[in-house]
Amino acid sequence: MVTANSELAYNSKIEGDVVVTTADAAINWVRNNSMWPMPMGLACCAIELMATASSRFDIARFGAEVMRFSPRQSDCMIVAGTVTYKMATAVRRIYDQMASPKWVIAMGACASSGGMYRSYATLQGVDRIIPVDVYVSGCPPRPEALLDALMKLQGKVKRERSASKLLSA
Amino acid sequence: MTTTDVDLPTAVSQKFPSATVRPSLDCPAYNIPAAEALALLQTLRDAHGYDFLMDLTAVDWSAEKSPRFTVVWHLYSSTKHNYVRVAADCANDADPAMPTTTGLWAGADWHEREAFDMFGIKFTGHPDLRRILMWDGYPYHPLRKEFPLAGLPADFHDPEITAETKTGLISAPMAGGPFVATPGEPMSEAEPRAKDEAWNEQREKPE
Amino acid sequence: MATDFSFPDAAAKAATMPKEFEPEKMSLSMGPSHPSTHGVLRIQFELDGEVVTKADPVLGYLHRGDEKIAENMTYNQFVPYTDRLDYLAPLANNMAYAIAVERLANLQVPARCQAIRVLTAEMARVSAHLMGLGAFGIDVGAWSVFMYCFEEREKLYTLFEELTGARFTTSYARIGGLSRDVPEGWTKKVEAFCDQFLPILEEILGMLTRNKIFLDRTVGVGVISKEDAISYGLTGPNLRGSGVSTDLRKDRPYSGYEQYEFDVPIGSKGDCYDRYLCRGEEMKQSVRIIRQVIKNFPGGDWYAKDARKIFAPPKEKILTSMEELINNFMIVTEGPQMPAGEVYFEAENPKGILGFYIVSKGGGVPWRMKIRSPSFCNLSILPKLCVGNMVSDVVSILGSLDFVMGECDR
Repeated sequence: MVTANSELAYNSKIEGDVVVTTADAAINWVRNNSMWPMPMGLACCAIELMATASSRFDIARFGAEVMRFSPRQSDCMIVAGTVTYKMATAVRRIYDQMASPKWVIAMGACASSGGMYRSYATLQGVDRIIPVDVYVSGCPPRPEALLDALMKLQGKVKRERSASKLLSA
Repeated sequence: MTTTDVDLPTAVSQKFPSATVRPSLDCPAYNIPAAEALALLQTLRDAHGYDFLMDLTAVDWSAEKSPRFTVVWHLYSSTKHNYVRVAADCANDADPAMPTTTGLWAGADWHEREAFDMFGIKFTGHPDLRRILMWDGYPYHPLRKEFPLAGLPADFHDPEITAETKTGLISAPMAGGPFVATPGEPMSEAEPRAKDEAWNEQREKPE
Repeated sequence: MATDFSFPDAAAKAATMPKEFEPEKMSLSMGPSHPSTHGVLRIQFELDGEVVTKADPVLGYLHRGDEKIAENMTYNQFVPYTDRLDYLAPLANNMAYAIAVERLANLQVPARCQAIRVLTAEMARVSAHLMGLGAFGIDVGAWSVFMYCFEEREKLYTLFEELTGARFTTSYARIGGLSRDVPEGWTKKVEAFCDQFLPILEEILGMLTRNKIFLDRTVGVGVISKEDAISYGLTGPNLRGSGVSTDLRKDRPYSGYEQYEFDVPIGSKGDCYDRYLCRGEEMKQSVRIIRQVIKNFPGGDWYAKDARKIFAPPKEKILTSMEELINNFMIVTEGPQMPAGEVYFEAENPKGILGFYIVSKGGGVPWRMKIRSPSFCNLSILPKLCVGNMVSDVVSILGSLDFVMGECDR
């Protein structure tokens, strides 16, 4: 009876120096614990994003303190703040420049749905231009909520079939 | 609280007989014809010590009123610690224009660009009058009263992104909101009604 | 040995070079997504090598339509939008807006309400200047300053959360008062915060004030003359750093500021270093004001009790008495009833002078609301200031101007 084991368990006494696991588990484990965000910090949520990166709500525990402003070097785009129509083209361009695999966290009400800015200038949700993986509600979401979103994203990545995507593409 | 500028009203009325007192709840305010606005502002700055241009803005009194647009300047004196408000109506309702104050204060540059962007008021003599808050190709002037809060459909300013995402500016889904009351009418009319809507239960969503 | 760029040399050398070697000007777009632009500011540069020859800031990437929204909201409904203007000091914005609307009705709020407003505004000032300092530090390369500042801000956030329910974006002020009174023992916690804050502030400032690298990057960089500062409409520490002593808390005191003793730091040269020093000193003066407010904290009402059509009655009365129920219904649905007229009120916010010009035709919804934003005016000097500096100096200048795009674009 063989069940798909997504856990990476290692007992050196039994396995010695060899770890036997699925490719998916190994690849997803690596991706999860070094999820480098691309902070698309636009408005007030950017301040909470910075607070999450600071010493009280350390995002470095999750391996994600490397806030790379370069899209080529980042895995996850955190859209933090209101996306206006003027900014939307820049956001889409930067998303296109990110190397795959890439994920998107829409942080806050404004990024998820336009928030309280139902007006002529605000994009009503960043999912109109880029595909979003996790939505975080709040205005602004507490840093704990953002960390919860990061953990949900990690859960999502854990269930992906990365090996087949890598080897087939 | 603070002292008022007592010689200002007499000085202004002597030099500018066409200036009338504008009703105001706090600081002294003057209405002046557009042609003399610049002269009045210069006098206030040079002769009366109102050295700061704090704000330059415009008000749209709605398409039914004439004159429709009023440009309002707020000056502050750092020595006397007083404000004065100067308001001038734009002559033409369909194509409003006003002389620029960038010669007096360099900061007026961006304020006038914003008034142009939001209302469409052209400031004659401005060195570089283009939009500042919306992008250059945006077809509307958002703060005009007939422009809905939800906005009107348009394209992104970058045609590549428009082609890639196959979307553009939409009218924000108001779904009957925002609900605001209309002042000064009988209660049945003054109740909060959907003031500005792109679509609601009675009207279909525009394509 | 530091590399010495002497531009006359370069010009002379370029004059001797043949025409084909003359460098073309490069066009560089800094932003809108850039770590050093404090939000979504885009500057279109024209560069000659590393030296800026033309700088054209492009704003509007965070223009959300606040002024149009204000024409469709009642006065109380607009308070959350004022939070998000200068989102580093929301309590100060709330206060400025509430006072502006109260001027329409010439409404006086009781002394306790004024004291709480001043207290929260000064705490917001400390929070905003800490953030400005942290961002300035991180832009010129000092990571630790950022971390220390954020630690202090977290303590302030805990205090704000206890008072208003939210860490920032507090929406605390209402027209005619506040949303709730100060909880038990809160002022003692603020006092404790002040006591432990001043030594830490000395430590943070000590990391930068005599730091050779910081001095090299900021002294003599981005000098703003007095005439320029006045002509461009600069306000706040940017104006005072250039030697103009305009501070609305002293010149036109509002909300009870005249009762408190504090100094206003004025700079002499108008460079980035002066502005940094002004902000550091302003934080110390804010702590001084906070201590005085707590010492003389008045009792009494925290909202204007006689403003029947403006401030909602207390909840117990609403649920039991008919007249209060009707009052509450009218205020919530139609908004606080303000008389017709125009009013312009400015407050001394951390970033500069925030002004509200409200045109009311009566009723609960304004006809026009213009927000005079300090960051918008502070940024207007950028085309003049950047020319002749190198790109890395531009980063210092942006950090020292300390603007917020939420306020600038509204």
